[in-house]
Amino acid sequence: MGKILLGRYVPGDSVVHHMDSRAKLILSFFFIIIIFLANNWQSYVLLFILTIGSIMAAKVNFGFFIKGVRPLIWLILFTVLLQVFFSSGGTVFWKWGPFNLSYYGLINGAYVFCRFVLIIFMSTLLTLTTAPLEIADALEKLMMPLKKIKVPVYEISLMLSIALRFVPTLMDETAKIMNAQRSRGVNFGEGSIMQQIKSVIPLLVPLFVSSFNRAEELATAMEARGYRGGEGRTKYRVHYWHTGDTVGCVIFVAVMIILLFVRHW
Amino acid sequence: MVNIIEIKKLTFKYPQQEAYNFNNFDLKIKKGEWLAIIGHNGSGKSTLVRLIDGLLAPESGEITVSGIKLTPETVWDVRSKIGMVFQNPDNQFVGANVEDDVAFGLENAAIPRDEMLKRVKEALDRVGMWKFADHEPVRLSGGQKQRVALAGIIALKPEIVILDEATSMLDPEGRRAVLEIIRELNQREHLTVISITHDIDEASKAQRVVVLDDGKIVQDDVPAEIFAHGSRLIKLGLEPPFSEKLKKELVEQGIKVPDEYLTKEGMVDWLWQLFSKQ
Repeated sequence: MGKILLGRYVPGDSVVHHMDSRAKLILSFFFIIIIFLANNWQSYVLLFILTIGSIMAAKVNFGFFIKGVRPLIWLILFTVLLQVFFSSGGTVFWKWGPFNLSYYGLINGAYVFCRFVLIIFMSTLLTLTTAPLEIADALEKLMMPLKKIKVPVYEISLMLSIALRFVPTLMDETAKIMNAQRSRGVNFGEGSIMQQIKSVIPLLVPLFVSSFNRAEELATAMEARGYRGGEGRTKYRVHYWHTGDTVGCVIFVAVMIILLFVRHW
Repeated sequence: MVNIIEIKKLTFKYPQQEAYNFNNFDLKIKKGEWLAIIGHNGSGKSTLVRLIDGLLAPESGEITVSGIKLTPETVWDVRSKIGMVFQNPDNQFVGANVEDDVAFGLENAAIPRDEMLKRVKEALDRVGMWKFADHEPVRLSGGQKQRVALAGIIALKPEIVILDEATSMLDPEGRRAVLEIIRELNQREHLTVISITHDIDEASKAQRVVVLDDGKIVQDDVPAEIFAHGSRLIKLGLEPPFSEKLKKELVEQGIKVPDEYLTKEGMVDWLWQLFSKQ
């Protein structure tokens, strides 16, 4: 479980760490959208400069980003190979049945690879520099307009923050149940697929039951502490929009404008 | 002294059950009192405090808390007078970190943020957890989590604190720390404390002990009187205090011991006199 990088937060003290989580979330989405505007090598160079610049500003060890890409490398390679062998156009170097290796295909494959890497880098940067709770807060704030169309924003964000808070607790419990079942002779991850599936049952059922009990106790405790729903509460945590956030947004918009020019080079 | 909680003719049973948990139950609790409720598993202790907090609704009868009669309309007013700490430290931790959890109740009560910041710091200082303010629950021990739960209640400034076996999952060290904070709240701020417990230390610190058995009060007295009946305590789901166990051993050795309950200090004094007489 130690390999999962999603939601792993590395505390630090940098410009990016101090940015408002809303700004970071918006910029990450914005970045993913403008990636699809890039269509030549100049534009990808521009985006790489932006990404590497952001990473340097965050002063985070580059190794984390390589680790972020690693679990997805097979998916990336698969997609890249599909692009490479099934695209046609330009000079054809090699052809066999439906497969062909063309100049156009190679270029497209490289672009797809760049897109994946850029998206993963940027989203890793977001989760590394922003505590999960801040992301939940930012989502709540950004979802506020949806209240107008009767989306239960407070409830969604409460569920999100409780879910995040219980992830490590439930991980611990999973490990405990697994060890308890192992000590009683259950083999996890061994035998045929059917046997493996069956061996998960003594793990899943107790985990579900205990989650129900937890939920019940938590709900009672929340009620006893006066929780009456999302309306009419005050907030302990507040977020301030600093100049740094505005500067960040300006940089990203500027990059987009340059990108629009570079696109039609 | 005024009664802060009055329960009259309470009748209650769980919907899926036949037998009544409480039938014509009466209890009065004085303001500033530390009351321990003991009894074996299933004697109705937890149900009783949940009824007081309005988490369960009685079939009939009347519960008055701090002058407010408990009805579906007044339940939130009653709850604001009561702070409750539950058994499992993990399952009552709502916030993502310590200070968020303490602030949760304050947020619910719509306390302005400036006031909230002050109260969270004060409450965490009281329980000695301020330096852990930004820690997540996974990084805390059970005793620390329970102290945070207490801080969450201190911040709300209730009149009554209910401990529903709040120390039962803690190690002796954590238990002592939590009880020390409770004692201080009770003595210095005259908070009414109701503690449900199987722990002898906790019960002996109370001013009054109520023994429940199948929804009935079988004994209601000061701890000394309750503890004087060693063997009965075992039946009621409570371990006798160490001095009572020592007395029993001495009797088996043929030494005559005093009938009344002796505290640890009382026992030391008596032993010391016993030898000086010989």
